Amino acid sequence: MSTTVVNAEAEGKTWGGGNQPLKASYGKMMMWFFIVSDALTFSGFLAAYGFSRFKFIDSWPIADEVFTHVPFLHGQELPMIYVAFMTFILIMSSVTMVLAVDAGHHLNKAKVTLYMFLTIIGGLIFVGSQAWEWATFIKGDYGAIQTKGGNILQFVDTNGHRVALRDFAIADTHDERTAHTRDNGLWFVSEGSLPSYTVDEVYAGLEANENILVRTQIINDEGEKTVLSREESLKQIKENGTLVVEGANLHVNEYGSPLFADFFFFITGFHGFHVFSGVVINIIIFFNVILGTYERRKSYEMVEKVGLYWHFVDLVWVFVFTFFYLV
Amino acid sequence: MAHAHNLAILRGLIKFKSNTQKIWGVLILLSIVTAVEVILGIYKPDSLMAHVLGMKLLNWIFIILTIVKAYYITWDFMHMRDETKSLRRMVVWTAIFLILYLIFILLQEGGYVFDVYKDGFIKRDF
Repeated sequence: MSTTVVNAEAEGKTWGGGNQPLKASYGKMMMWFFIVSDALTFSGFLAAYGFSRFKFIDSWPIADEVFTHVPFLHGQELPMIYVAFMTFILIMSSVTMVLAVDAGHHLNKAKVTLYMFLTIIGGLIFVGSQAWEWATFIKGDYGAIQTKGGNILQFVDTNGHRVALRDFAIADTHDERTAHTRDNGLWFVSEGSLPSYTVDEVYAGLEANENILVRTQIINDEGEKTVLSREESLKQIKENGTLVVEGANLHVNEYGSPLFADFFFFITGFHGFHVFSGVVINIIIFFNVILGTYERRKSYEMVEKVGLYWHFVDLVWVFVFTFFYLV
Repeated sequence: MAHAHNLAILRGLIKFKSNTQKIWGVLILLSIVTAVEVILGIYKPDSLMAHVLGMKLLNWIFIILTIVKAYYITWDFMHMRDETKSLRRMVVWTAIFLILYLIFILLQEGGYVFDVYKDGFIKRDF
């Protein structure tokens, strides 16, 4: 009889419910599993980017030449500096988040409030920086000509420095076309903004400037884009040039393959959306902290859970940074 | 609430006195790694342009440094170091296995499509 009782007690301990084999609460575990699935989503996007890049390995844009801008420093070529700053901001806001979690373990309401606030500020700076990065990318810099086959031809001087269309194209004032608008044309047809120059104007400018050459998308053995000879440059623009491209959108991209722009918008946009929703969730938790919800609960585990999400957003950025800007 | 934190990083090489101190230590480590990445990315030393296993040596360095950063973010910021072994393995191994598989398949296929475009005929038929 006594043995039976002992057995029942042992069973009650293991199978009677109420124990946590992973020593983590339900909410925290579910956050981890959500993070795994979200990580797989992001890997899917980045692997698809890798697929497209390997598919066009000899003509993919060189990120260093695309992202060279820093706010307030116009006309200077500073590759990577601004993205490095953004990375640092995000890592920094991760640090304040983990400090908030740590303060939560000590039930220190004032410190949790301060660190949550700093985390939110960091997140906002990051999202703002990303918006600026997008705006710069969409606006473009030098302009280029797209060929019949969809390739991009850019312009360089004899030293290999990029030349903007506005610096050499000869505008023909008699040949200006006004953009079609709905109120003075077909109401069901819309037209985007027109490029500043036509292909003919660019060709005229190229003919007049002896020192300008065309650079193609093809990457040579030295890892640089191929520059054509003077005759070949004139021939390519004359025979194949179909469209003046300024900036980047989902259809055309002055920096090279449109796929690059598509993936840039999609992946950094999806990540930016994560940062944005992270900021919103952080703000909700921030107000809960101020209101004393977790103080009354005697547990700041909620801060820990949003912390996991916030760190995950940082983790994804580390990979986006590498695969979009470095590799 | 008893929260036991594992305060040693780099296999016990550096031991921190408190959790807060460890957080700042990890921040310094991550900043150094990022700085190295940016400097290498700006200067692109010629000696690192050699091709190793189908990619530039420099790119391999970037990928390895990224994984180092990911490790410290997960282990120290997300407190994976303090979770039980089974939770850690469930999360990390699942993700790593599936991601490596996906990357292998897609990059292999991308390289194959490139070859088809370039040479105009199918070289391998699986």
